[in-house]
Amino acid sequence: MKALLQLEKVTKIIQNESDTNNTILDQVDLTIHKGDFITVLGGNGAGKSTLFNSITGSASVTSGQIKLNGKNMTNWQEEKRAGFIGRVFQDPKMGTAPRMTVAENLLLALKRGQKRYLLPRKLKENKEYFEKLCGSVGNGLENHLDTPTGHLSGGQRQSLSLLMTTLTQPELLLLDEHTAALDPKTSKRLMTLTNQMIEEKQLTCMMITHRMEDALTYGNRLILMENGKIKLDLNQEEKAKLTLEDLFVLFEKRDMSAAV
Amino acid sequence: MLISAIAQGFLWAILGIGIFTTYRILKFPDLTVEGSFPLGSAVAVTAIVSGINPVLATILAIIAGMGAGLVTSLLYTKGKVPVILSGILVMSGLHSVMLFVMQRPNLSLLNQPRIYDAFNALPNYFDVVIVGIGVLILVISSILFFFYTSVGQAYIATGDNESMARSLGIQTDNMKILGLVLSNGIFALSGALVAQSNGYADVNGGTGVIVIGLASLIIAEVMFKEVTLGERLLTIVIGSVLYQLLILGVIRLGFDTTYIRIFSSTILAVFLMTPQLRKGLKLDMFSGKEESV
Repeated sequence: MKALLQLEKVTKIIQNESDTNNTILDQVDLTIHKGDFITVLGGNGAGKSTLFNSITGSASVTSGQIKLNGKNMTNWQEEKRAGFIGRVFQDPKMGTAPRMTVAENLLLALKRGQKRYLLPRKLKENKEYFEKLCGSVGNGLENHLDTPTGHLSGGQRQSLSLLMTTLTQPELLLLDEHTAALDPKTSKRLMTLTNQMIEEKQLTCMMITHRMEDALTYGNRLILMENGKIKLDLNQEEKAKLTLEDLFVLFEKRDMSAAV
Repeated sequence: MLISAIAQGFLWAILGIGIFTTYRILKFPDLTVEGSFPLGSAVAVTAIVSGINPVLATILAIIAGMGAGLVTSLLYTKGKVPVILSGILVMSGLHSVMLFVMQRPNLSLLNQPRIYDAFNALPNYFDVVIVGIGVLILVISSILFFFYTSVGQAYIATGDNESMARSLGIQTDNMKILGLVLSNGIFALSGALVAQSNGYADVNGGTGVIVIGLASLIIAEVMFKEVTLGERLLTIVIGSVLYQLLILGVIRLGFDTTYIRIFSSTILAVFLMTPQLRKGLKLDMFSGKEESV
């Protein structure tokens, strides 16, 4: 299998107010292969979100290297990485522009990572495509193409974020607890949609989640983070043998120190 | 007097529209305006006095204003100086630039050509009205064209949700630079036109202009809610004219024009507080709708 993303000894240290060093990521080595769907577990402060921030470039790393398809991209700007990496956040407000309409948001996403010119945006020409696309989600989003996204429900906004992120087939999809802020029913529907999209488009994906069932049900690989390190990295076979009880025991034991 | 107030309203509306493109779209309170507006006046008047065609002089003023905006935007994006401070620094520094340009604190356009001269045959102030309308049509249609291009959409997205914009590969710093450069060009244009209408430029001509610009925008927003982008730009023109009429009313009531600024500020303050006042009084003056409790 081809390595898509390689993290080599990635370390992130931040200084507290009292000048003590706080190691958020501690020499993390991780290789993500094309087609991987990795679920990421870990308590609060384990370093999951910082790991994502390091990959997208929204936070710089203290030391270590990040390679995409073998190319060192450690010093690339976030805007440059955006052409390859898509991310959906936990907060529905994060992924969409609230004063712009659903169609306008999709149009922005359609040009992800491309050069934008001083030419008419061509919204009408894409409306039909967007309508079909939104229709496939099945929560009535297609009736709101001209609604500012700030007026949508959290579930609709998250499914729009997901559509926007997967519209241009990113090389790597990062899901940061993207169903956590939704009610159980909406959350389940979005998770099903997510899985369906990943399979259809054969995306490589990492998904942070606090729902153990989801971590077990979805994906072909599972990693557990603790204190800035990857404590456990299970492949498909190992993951298949894992039960929910195993996972709870593992999580409780590993996470004692970091538990809230 | 009435026509004069309307004419002034058109010229100041250009300023209000410029403020809208940064203050509302990018959510930047850009104080450079108090420097780039009089800079526009200074450059245009100096150029005309030294024999340059008024239209060309006005274009020179726009370029000077864009330069000021560029400095503010670079301080902010590259130098990481907070945007308000960047604006204050440039605004303050421009005072010296204006003195250097004019070589004196103020300069008169007495017996000099002006951009309004082509419509000299019209009655008093109508020349300003005609030029004002022409420039407004030009400015509004260019801004609208820009907003609906791919770059314009990226610009709006930058102000709306910057982290999302970056995650889509939009160079948000470049958008901020673009916004500050263009809006300060618009401020200088407004300054150049106002100076040619007043007949002089003054290094202190910028004091309080942000209040006048904001007033036209806030009046427009209080009176007309939920409008499209294009309608918003037009309502700013209405807001600006209304503001000039309010000031005219204040003067007509016999208040001393020496203290005009406190009336400007009071008018703006009242409009800014209107949403809060409406809530308190449980009535909606303009739409007649009862606020639901």
